[in-house]
Amino acid sequence: MQMTAQAGTVSAAPRAKRLWWRDVVGIALIAACGAAGYWLFPDNLALLTRIVAVALLVLSIDLIVGYCGVATLGQAALFGAGAYAAGIACVNGVTEPMTLIAIGAVAGAVAGLVMGAIMLRAHGLAQLVLSIAIVQLFHEAANKASAYTGGSDGLAGLMVSPLFGIFEFDLWGKTAYLMGLALLLLVFIALKFVVASPFGMLCRGIKQDPLRIRAMGAFVFPVLLKMFVISGAVAGMGGALAAISTQVVGLDSVSFELSANALVMLVLGGLGTLYGALIGTVIFMGFEHMVSAINPFHWMTMVGALLIAVVIAAPGGLSSLFERFSASRGGKA
Amino acid sequence: MQTILSIAIDALAFGMVLFIICIGLSLTMGLMRVVNLAHGAFAMIAGYIASYAARDLGLGYAVAIFLAIIGTIIISIPLERFLYRRIYGSPELTQVLMTIGITFCVIGITNYFFGPTLKTIPLPQALSQPVDVGFRTIAAHRLFVIACGAVVAGGLWYLIERTSFGIKLRATVDNAAMSDALGVRTQVVYAISFAIAIGLAALGGVVGAEFLPIEPYYALRYMVTFLVVVSVGGAGSIPGAVIACLLLGFIDTTGRYLMPEFGNFFFYAAVILIVCLFPRGFLGRAQ
Repeated sequence: MQMTAQAGTVSAAPRAKRLWWRDVVGIALIAACGAAGYWLFPDNLALLTRIVAVALLVLSIDLIVGYCGVATLGQAALFGAGAYAAGIACVNGVTEPMTLIAIGAVAGAVAGLVMGAIMLRAHGLAQLVLSIAIVQLFHEAANKASAYTGGSDGLAGLMVSPLFGIFEFDLWGKTAYLMGLALLLLVFIALKFVVASPFGMLCRGIKQDPLRIRAMGAFVFPVLLKMFVISGAVAGMGGALAAISTQVVGLDSVSFELSANALVMLVLGGLGTLYGALIGTVIFMGFEHMVSAINPFHWMTMVGALLIAVVIAAPGGLSSLFERFSASRGGKA
Repeated sequence: MQTILSIAIDALAFGMVLFIICIGLSLTMGLMRVVNLAHGAFAMIAGYIASYAARDLGLGYAVAIFLAIIGTIIISIPLERFLYRRIYGSPELTQVLMTIGITFCVIGITNYFFGPTLKTIPLPQALSQPVDVGFRTIAAHRLFVIACGAVVAGGLWYLIERTSFGIKLRATVDNAAMSDALGVRTQVVYAISFAIAIGLAALGGVVGAEFLPIEPYYALRYMVTFLVVVSVGGAGSIPGAVIACLLLGFIDTTGRYLMPEFGNFFFYAAVILIVCLFPRGFLGRAQ
C-alpha cells in the first residue's frame, strides 16, 4: 500500500504543471456543487453550513496527515480554539463576521503552534497519544473556565452584525452558508498553491523519508511546525464559521469524538489530495444526517462497517477509486 | 489519615483494574505491533455477557466471569482470523482506522441487542460486604480486584519468562521470519497471544465493572484511557504497565477525591508530561 502511495506522489509531480486546468475544473465543480446545495436544499442550509465548517477541519487534517504523515487524533483542539476565540470575541463586542473569522484563524494558528511543538517531539504511537491527550486537556480546560466559555452549557448569545454591514444573518442561514462557501473556496485555492509550492513538496518528501530529507540539509522540525500553524489557521477558521452560523459554541467542538470522526471522513475520502477531504465530509455527514435520524446505533454500526471496508478494499479512500477508474479508462482508450 | 488510606486503597484497586485490562492491549501492541483500539470493546462485550448471565439467568458470579471470558474469546476468534490478520505490519493509521471501525460496529450491535441502558453485574454476598483487616475495614471487592491484578501479573510473568510457549512468543516478537524458519508456527503463536489478551480484557471488564460501569459507550469512553496507559508504561512491558497503571490510577483517583471539579485535567496533564519525558514510555523497548 505504501508502495502505491509513493508511486502516486512521485508521478504526480511532473504531471502537475500540465494538468493545472484540472484544478480549475475541480474548483469550478466544488462551487457548482455548493450552489446546487443552496438551491436544492433551502430548508437544510444550517446542516450545509455545518458541513462546510467541518470540511475546513478535515482539510486541515489532510495537511498534517496526508501531506506530512503525522497521524493525529486531536485536531478538534484547533477547531475548538478557533470557535471559542471567535465566540468570546463576539460576546465581548467584536461582531464584524470577517474579523471574527480572522480571530478564529489566529487562535487556531497559535493553538497549532503549541500542539505542533508538543506533538513533534514524539514519534509513532506516542505522537498519537499526545494528540489525544492535548485534545482532552483542551476539553477539560474549556469545561473548567466556564466564566469565559460557558462550561458544559456552551457559550450562547453570539450576536453577529451583518456581513459587510449589508447582509444580515437570517433564520434560514442563507448568508452564513454563502459566506462559508466562499470562505471554503478561497481556502481551498490557497491550499492548492501551498501544497504545490516547494514548501509543500518538502512536506511530502518528509512524509516519505524524513531521514533522507535531513541528510539533504533541510530542517524537518520547522517545516512540519509551519504546516501545523497553517493547518491550525484553517481549522480555526472552520471553528469560527461554526460559531458564527450556529451562534453557540459547545464543548463538543473540542471533543475527541469530533477529531476521530473528522479523521474518518478524511480517510473515507482519501488522503493527500484535498479533494478527498471534501468528498469524504459531504458523504459522511450526509449519511449521518439521514441514518442517525432513524437510530444513532445503526449509524455507528454503519460507520464501523464502512471503515473496515475502506481499509480492506480501498486503502486510498473513495477518491482513489475515482482515479483508478479514470486511469483504467484512459488505459483502454 | 482515614482519607489518605481510603484514597490509597481505591487508587490501588483502580490501578489494578486498569492493569488487568491494559496488559492485554500492551501485549498486542508490544508483541504483535497492532494498535488495537477495539480492546475496550472486548471488555465491554464481556461485561454485557456477565451481566446477562448473572442478572437475567441468575448464575453465580464465578460462573458469570468464566462465561464472559470464554464467550468473548469465541467472539474474537473470527475477528482475529478475518480482520486483524490483515493489519499485522500495516502502518499505524491503517490499524487505528480498522480497530476504530470494529469498535463502532461492536457498540452499534451490542446496543441493538441489549438496549442503551447501564448494565450492572450483581456481586455475591461475600464480595459486597466490608472486611475487617485489623486496623480498619476495607470493601471485600477492592481486595478481590487487587488480588486478581497480582495473580494476573505473576501468571503472565511466569508464562512469558518461564514456559516454552513464552520462549516461542519472544522469538516470534524479535524476528518472526527467522522463528518461522526454525519451525515455530508464528500464526498459532499470534492467535494464542491474541486470545490471551482478549481473555484478560474480558476479565478486567467484568471485575472492574464497579469502577468502569458497563454502558453503551464504554468502548469509546475508555479507549483513550487504555491507550494512554499502555503508551505511558511502554508497550509490551509488564513491569512498565504495572508502574503506569498504579501511577495513573493514583493521580486520577487522588484528583477526583480532592479536586473533583477538575475532572480528568490532572490525568491528561500528567500524560503529556510523561510522554514528553519518556517518548517510549517508562520501560518500552527501542524500536
